[in-house]
Amino acid sequence: MKPFAYVSAPDVATAVRTIATEPNAKFLGGGTNLVDLMREDIEQPDTVVDITRLPLTEIEELPGGGVRVGALVRNSHLAAHRLIRTRYPLLSQALLAGASAQLRNMATVGGNLLQRTRCPYFYDGASACNKRVPGSGCDAIGGFNRNHAILGTSDDCIATHPSDMCVALAALDATVEVESVRGLRRVPLADFHRLPGGTPHLETTLEPDELVTAIEVPELTAPSSYRKVRDRASYAFALVSVAAALEVTDGVVSDVRLALGGVAAKPWRARQAESVLLGTPATEESFRRAAEAELEPAVGRPDNAFKIELAQRTIVATLRRLSDGSFGDGSFGDGSRA
Amino acid sequence: MVTLRMRVNGVTRSLELEPWVSLLDALRERLGLTGTKKGCDQGACGACTVLVDGERINSCLALAVQYEDRDITTIEGVTHPIQQAFIEHDGFQCGYCTSGQICSAIGMLAEHGAGMPSAVTEPGASGLSEAEIRERMSGNLCRCGAYNGIVDAIKEVAR
Ligand SMILES: Cc1cc2nc3c(=O)[nH]c(=O)nc-3n(C[C@H](O)[C@H](O)[C@H](O)COP(=O)(O)OP(=O)(O)OC[C@H]3O[C@@H](n4cnc5c(N)ncnc54)[C@H](O)[C@@H]3O)c2cc1C
Ligand code: SF4
Ligand code: FES
Ligand code: FES
Repeated sequence: MKPFAYVSAPDVATAVRTIATEPNAKFLGGGTNLVDLMREDIEQPDTVVDITRLPLTEIEELPGGGVRVGALVRNSHLAAHRLIRTRYPLLSQALLAGASAQLRNMATVGGNLLQRTRCPYFYDGASACNKRVPGSGCDAIGGFNRNHAILGTSDDCIATHPSDMCVALAALDATVEVESVRGLRRVPLADFHRLPGGTPHLETTLEPDELVTAIEVPELTAPSSYRKVRDRASYAFALVSVAAALEVTDGVVSDVRLALGGVAAKPWRARQAESVLLGTPATEESFRRAAEAELEPAVGRPDNAFKIELAQRTIVATLRRLSDGSFGDGSFGDGSRA
Repeated sequence: MVTLRMRVNGVTRSLELEPWVSLLDALRERLGLTGTKKGCDQGACGACTVLVDGERINSCLALAVQYEDRDITTIEGVTHPIQQAFIEHDGFQCGYCTSGQICSAIGMLAEHGAGMPSAVTEPGASGLSEAEIRERMSGNLCRCGAYNGIVDAIKEVAR
């Protein structure tokens, strides 16, 4: 690991001032991604600003029925919180489907939003990778790409965003609150992560000196759930995942939110599928048509083309369960088991 | 160099170290507490699990400086019925993963006792079924495959 100066920020003002004035500085949350990347010399900050002592650890109910979550709330605490378990089962389930209990005890909300891809070529300094070294090429495109993206890719990068939590937040229309020396700003989660285009090294719309201080999630009344499919039953990143909320009135879809994980460089809000579904009978046939519409632009590669069908089936299965009412009590069903 | 204090297994220790030293290396290399093991050094195996203020974490991805003034428990500081249960149920073969398994199990029992759910928790269920134990312990790999013994040992203590 390259040597760095360490600063522990006691308050938000100090944190954003330090990041703005120290050249090549980075915030440090639970460290579960940044420490790993620093050890591999992929991240080489000169100064590390530890934000784990910031007082951003509250989970509060908002007047309009939503919830506000401080950026330093740990993933395990968020998943276990009564408000999250009862009102947003998809968010609690998504968090619990991620990483391991030890890692969830360390990982913060802010760090989870900003975690970087698990593309093996990104991690391997000897490989060509446009995300790590812009302009160097992409060894994943002609290489081993089982875990890679099928939607929103470019000729420069086919990496996925690995977060489970963010998929639930995308379905929930969450907002990210960020602060810097220039003041406070709110970014819809949908605009937070970027698709690669010609600049895969730019992963979010966050400025390097901006601190994520909170996320806000609006009220959700529809039953919801999160389903994750992976190569082993636990402690593995998603091949495909689906976060869904579905309300059926008189047999017709009256509200639906759908987002996909493991398929793109950002949590993929499935707007196309939602528009096909809204107002149609809540049947297997509608679910299938909606899933097909969403995956229509997907591009598969030799190792990951299976994801196109897998994503469709997972969408259908998740919606079917929600419409059957097996998740209708708004709490846990079979969790993340695929 | 940073100077910091930490309570390790009930004793306040003073450490002088570079900020990039992990909690795992600080425990093993600076304090001589080699019971905590390094498997992957990247959060993927759980061999390095320790308890911080009673919560289990992976010490390999923790920078020691972040844990100033915290209460750390390593396997050297553990006295718990789970240890005898591991012996009785053959919860290990080579033993490399065992200190992590035991610290993790202790943290897991506390989480379950506090009502924290897992990915397989059914509505209204409160017991520690075999499926619950396997899911909650999935952050601890065992290359020897002693999983059946580990699950039996935990089941006995959870009863
Ligand atoms: C073995 C392993 C398996 C995993 N499996 C999964 C999985 O299945 N699903 C999943 O979703 N995740 C998984 N993860 C990833 C894990 O969820 C993330 O590493 C974690 O959420 C990052 O949070 P952190 O607080 O530790 O971030 P850190 O490592 O501290 O930081 C990550 C990045 O975020 C930045 N940052 C942190 N907080 C802020 C803030 N408030 N404002 C601005 N920038 C900030 C840092 O500068 C850094 O660039 C896994 C990780 C490991 C090691
Ligand atoms: S897919 Fe993206 S992250 Fe992976 S090697 Fe290609 S450019 Fe790098
Ligand atoms: S050594 Fe820490 S998880 Fe493997
Ligand atoms: S007993 Fe050998 S790795 Fe678990």
